[in-house]
Amino acid sequence: MSQRQVLQVFEQYQKARTQFVQMVAELATRPQNIETLQNAGVMSLLRPLLLDVVPTIQQTAALALGRLANYNDDLAEAVVKGDILPQLVYSLAEQNRFYKKAAAFVLRAVGKHSPQLAQAIVDCGALDTLVVCLEDFDPGVKEASAWALGYIARHNGELSQAVVDAGAVPLLVLCIQEPEIALKRIAASALSDISKHSPELAQTVVDAGAIAHLAQMILNLDAKLKRQVLSALSQIAKHSVDLAEMVVEAEIFPVVLTCLKDKDEYVKKNASTLIREIAKHTPELSQLIVNAGGVAAVIDCIGSCKGNIRLPGIMMLGYVAAHSENLAMAVIISKGVPQLAICLSEESEDHIKAAAAWALGQIGRHTPEHARAVAVTNALPILLSLYMSQDSSEDLQIKSKKAIKNILQKCTYLPALEPFLYDAPPNILKHVVGQFSKVLPHDSKARRLFVTSGGLKKVQEIKAEPGSLLQEYINNINNCYPEEIVRYYSPGYSETLLQRVDSYQPLV
Amino acid sequence: MATLVSLQSRLPLIDCQYYYRNRTVDGYRKKEYKAAVKIQSWFRGCRVRAYIRYLNKMMTVIQKWWRGYLGRKHYRQMVKTAYLTMKMNFYNEMAVRIQKRWRGFKIRKYCFNYYYLKEYLRAISDTNQAIREALEEFAEMRGREKKKADLEKEEKRKQNQARKTHYLLSTKQIPGIYNSPFRDPDPMEFEIRKVRAFQMPSAAHQIQQTDYEDLSTWLACTSKRSFPRSDILPPINRKQCQGPFRDIAEVLQQRYKPLQPTLRVATSINSEKDAREELRREEWNNRVHDNVFLPFSSFSKNEKYVPMVQTSTKYNGISYAQKQFQEEEPTKWMSNKTFQTVFPPFVLFDKYGKVYSRAGEIA
Repeated sequence: MSQRQVLQVFEQYQKARTQFVQMVAELATRPQNIETLQNAGVMSLLRPLLLDVVPTIQQTAALALGRLANYNDDLAEAVVKGDILPQLVYSLAEQNRFYKKAAAFVLRAVGKHSPQLAQAIVDCGALDTLVVCLEDFDPGVKEASAWALGYIARHNGELSQAVVDAGAVPLLVLCIQEPEIALKRIAASALSDISKHSPELAQTVVDAGAIAHLAQMILNLDAKLKRQVLSALSQIAKHSVDLAEMVVEAEIFPVVLTCLKDKDEYVKKNASTLIREIAKHTPELSQLIVNAGGVAAVIDCIGSCKGNIRLPGIMMLGYVAAHSENLAMAVIISKGVPQLAICLSEESEDHIKAAAAWALGQIGRHTPEHARAVAVTNALPILLSLYMSQDSSEDLQIKSKKAIKNILQKCTYLPALEPFLYDAPPNILKHVVGQFSKVLPHDSKARRLFVTSGGLKKVQEIKAEPGSLLQEYINNINNCYPEEIVRYYSPGYSETLLQRVDSYQPLV
Repeated sequence: MATLVSLQSRLPLIDCQYYYRNRTVDGYRKKEYKAAVKIQSWFRGCRVRAYIRYLNKMMTVIQKWWRGYLGRKHYRQMVKTAYLTMKMNFYNEMAVRIQKRWRGFKIRKYCFNYYYLKEYLRAISDTNQAIREALEEFAEMRGREKKKADLEKEEKRKQNQARKTHYLLSTKQIPGIYNSPFRDPDPMEFEIRKVRAFQMPSAAHQIQQTDYEDLSTWLACTSKRSFPRSDILPPINRKQCQGPFRDIAEVLQQRYKPLQPTLRVATSINSEKDAREELRREEWNNRVHDNVFLPFSSFSKNEKYVPMVQTSTKYNGISYAQKQFQEEEPTKWMSNKTFQTVFPPFVLFDKYGKVYSRAGEIA
């Protein structure tokens, strides 16, 4: 055989391999093909192609593996079990940038499914090579390795600690400063995943100087980048007062409030999460947010969203109002209570309703003024119905009950209390009647109103054990009125009158 | 004298009488004695009683005075304490008044200043209003920008479309797709008429198919034709762009300047050897005869080699410096050829006047 014919055989084989691997990579983009591929045993065929002589075949094989592992965790486990990871890690250190990108993609796809798989990646020493890739010149390589590190760190604190120990954090902070938007996004999301587990990890991220750069990027126009940056800042700020103060010192207010008006829903959600995490620590931080006009912005944001996006905003209002009565008054004058009442009635999810109920309770529990502001919006009957209805979750029932109790203890606004006389359960009725008995002796107009609205009649109908607190309250109320009126409204009065008619001897 | 007689008559009676009287007196003596005793005791009793009465009276006086004194003293004390109590009550009351006023003032001014709170709440609602307006404006501005960007993108897309489908332009004979004779021309038609045709990348932009000159000959590298040059010369009256830019002539000069090899690169690597050869030839030309001058003494001819102590015995085995440190195959690394000498470069002098950056220039 001539030399050319021999070489032709090799060329055909190479062409066949290239074609196979490219087709597999293309098929792996569609989920419906992946089952078939898996059954056909594609893993064992791709594995030797990773060691192929031709670089393009290597890269395409790595890309195909990455797409397969991305799809579900069985395939990812197969990648781990097939001992492919050490080979990938080894060649990650040496090969060109396309291969590095593909290998980092495979590591990311494997690491995202579960902590055990991520641990397997860490055990085969991938972290050091990934960190080395973070120093590469090509932004695509940096992006792929930052993404892989972010997915590994996402699962739990130990894995995050391993990522931090490999020295990833300063390099990620450098990546954030790069001009490419995609790289910034991924680096911000990786920092967010690292710092969310524990205060020490958040402190490590802060020590690397991340806060200043993240704060600068809030003004960027790209919506996805803003999502990640706000999420990272909120994960840092949530752990302790010092970290929250450091985030605030980076002068994010009032710039963050512009993010609350963004078109993207998740930017709004992350911005209100950030404000919530800052507000919940101390009254001083809440005061700062209130002074910067944050409460109004959050209330507008709640008004313009629906569903889960509203939840952090609602919780933020509750946290601010919980600290002190002045802050609760600030929330009231920013027109927060009608908005919360709307949320309470409109929303369908129980946990959002529970959050709104809790927030209303925090606002109304301080003084009668506050309770009046909450009662005027007709939120109390809604709370009562949520408490009484059987298909509210237990959490919702508990929270609405606490809110009702908190507000009732201070409420002196009698028109709002009257509906409670009719359909409240006995333990709440006691408090309601108690409130009436406190207010009625001093206010003549209220007494008149009480009689004309039928409240006195209802009170007479209440059965109470003699000597109990309820009976005492009822006696207090009865003492506010002349005896004839009390007798007139007592049940069975018409019978007694008719009896008197029966027994009357007409004067002839 | 009568009396004397009477007396003398009575003289004998004296004894009898004396004894009679004594007898009668004795008879009365007990009685009288008892009576006297009684009288005396009574009298003495009276005396004593009077004394006692006197004493009692004196005692009463003393006690009266003493108790009066004590009472007055007590009274003075009581008055003092009452006065003191009255004063203290007065002071307390005044202190209560002061404290009342002060506490009211303090609470109202410092702890819960109602007016300050009102002011604060008003300020907050003003801030809220301002923030709400600012955010509205900001959102509106963003919306407008986005709309504008969208419109521009749309415009660009249409133009691009028109350029690509330029062949659909209607001619005089044949109306194009967009220019139907039965109705008004489509706006696309006008668009196509406006734009210029989209040209495929011309030959000038394709990779230069230069005939790769034979670079094996050294001098071909210095040929100017192997480096890219611009075909288009820059326009003459171009005004300087605003900003920290260099003169465009300078830039183009730098970009398209021909290769200027350094002295080291330009000298051939055999130049030293050639020069030596030449020198030798010159000398040979000028020599009278070719006999080499030999030294007279044969002092070093019959020198015998004295081997080292370590090498002289054969019982030492592999000795210290014999096998480890000396090369086992010396001829592998040695050859007959000597090193070639090359001119060391003066790098600084090479770069002078040819470097594009302005670092270090004075003017």
